[in-house]
Amino acid sequence: MSAMPEHLGHRTCAAFLLAALSVVASGASGSEIPAAEKRSDYEFMSPDTRAIQDDDGTNPGMFSVLDGEGLWNKKDGVLSVSCDDCHSGASMRGIAARYPAYDVDYKRPVDLQERINICRKRRQNATPLPPESRELLALAAFVAHQSRGMLIELAIDERLSPFLMRGANFSKVARGNSIYPVPSATMTTGVGAWLATSFRKRNRLDTQPIDWSGRRLARCSVAYATASLECVRSHILMMQSSTSSSNSTWRGEPTDLGSKLRRFAHDVGWMSTG
Amino acid sequence: MARALINVPRKARRGEIIEIKTLLSHPMETGYRRDNMGNLISRDIISRFVCVYNGTEVFQADLFPAVAANPFLSFFTVATESGTFEFRWTDDHGNTQTAQANIEVA
Repeated sequence: MSAMPEHLGHRTCAAFLLAALSVVASGASGSEIPAAEKRSDYEFMSPDTRAIQDDDGTNPGMFSVLDGEGLWNKKDGVLSVSCDDCHSGASMRGIAARYPAYDVDYKRPVDLQERINICRKRRQNATPLPPESRELLALAAFVAHQSRGMLIELAIDERLSPFLMRGANFSKVARGNSIYPVPSATMTTGVGAWLATSFRKRNRLDTQPIDWSGRRLARCSVAYATASLECVRSHILMMQSSTSSSNSTWRGEPTDLGSKLRRFAHDVGWMSTG
Repeated sequence: MARALINVPRKARRGEIIEIKTLLSHPMETGYRRDNMGNLISRDIISRFVCVYNGTEVFQADLFPAVAANPFLSFFTVATESGTFEFRWTDDHGNTQTAQANIEVA
């Protein structure tokens, strides 16, 4: 579409560059944030933004929760049982806060969506729902919604530790085109340990489908970090040419998020095959 | 399957001005976009919204292709008596979705 006004583009890029540089500076001296000092980005919101976030009646993410409730009570699979036949709705409180958790059969941690598919296979004899499909996200959102506001507390499980180590190492390394590793980025975006936003739409005034933490991780890992370099590029381009046609590329979303997500999941060890 | 979020105060004083918020899940396809193959995606929008309070129409709206997906409408009315709000969304093809909410007026 139309290009951003040039002066605005310059300013945006300059601001972004400054932000990126300050991140590098803080990242160089920074170490991991102690667990007690981690904050949800909810705590950084202005009162107005919080009011929007708190209002379920205007949150399009709640559609997924409603859909999930419908699917939860729907009989499915060869055995024709619903999720609710085994679990009662209330019993799922706190469950989502304990995932990813180790699965004995898979010999690795599984996240909530995988866990739901495992249940479909074992208890319902139903076909697994495709990853990130509307139905699977809705079911996960319905379950996660019941743990809202609870602290994410992974079980103390020896079998999890190699995966946690790999995840920690992954996040410390600057990769791809990125100029700073994940913890430095999260220091500014303020990703914390609360579940409140995990399955909620963060940029919730738009109309994208519901988001989930894995995709956000992939997006941060892939798009967010590379954006800064793209910004530098477009900034230089703009300085070279007074007739820049478009400077929107630097904030573009990756087109093939799925494969990047799979690569990411493979890198942190949540998937056995890439 | 419930696809509308309605926010009506459960209780209100007689004569109180109350805010009603409605959010409907709908793609609001404009008819101007093209798919990956370059074919026009046919228009599919909610074109009309009506709110009826105990049989009396208190709010109506015409919607157009410029309205974003998941149309959100917020409006005010006066709580006159206990009863029911009925909400009706009608799309281009004449299909309607409805929702209800009760209010207690003291």
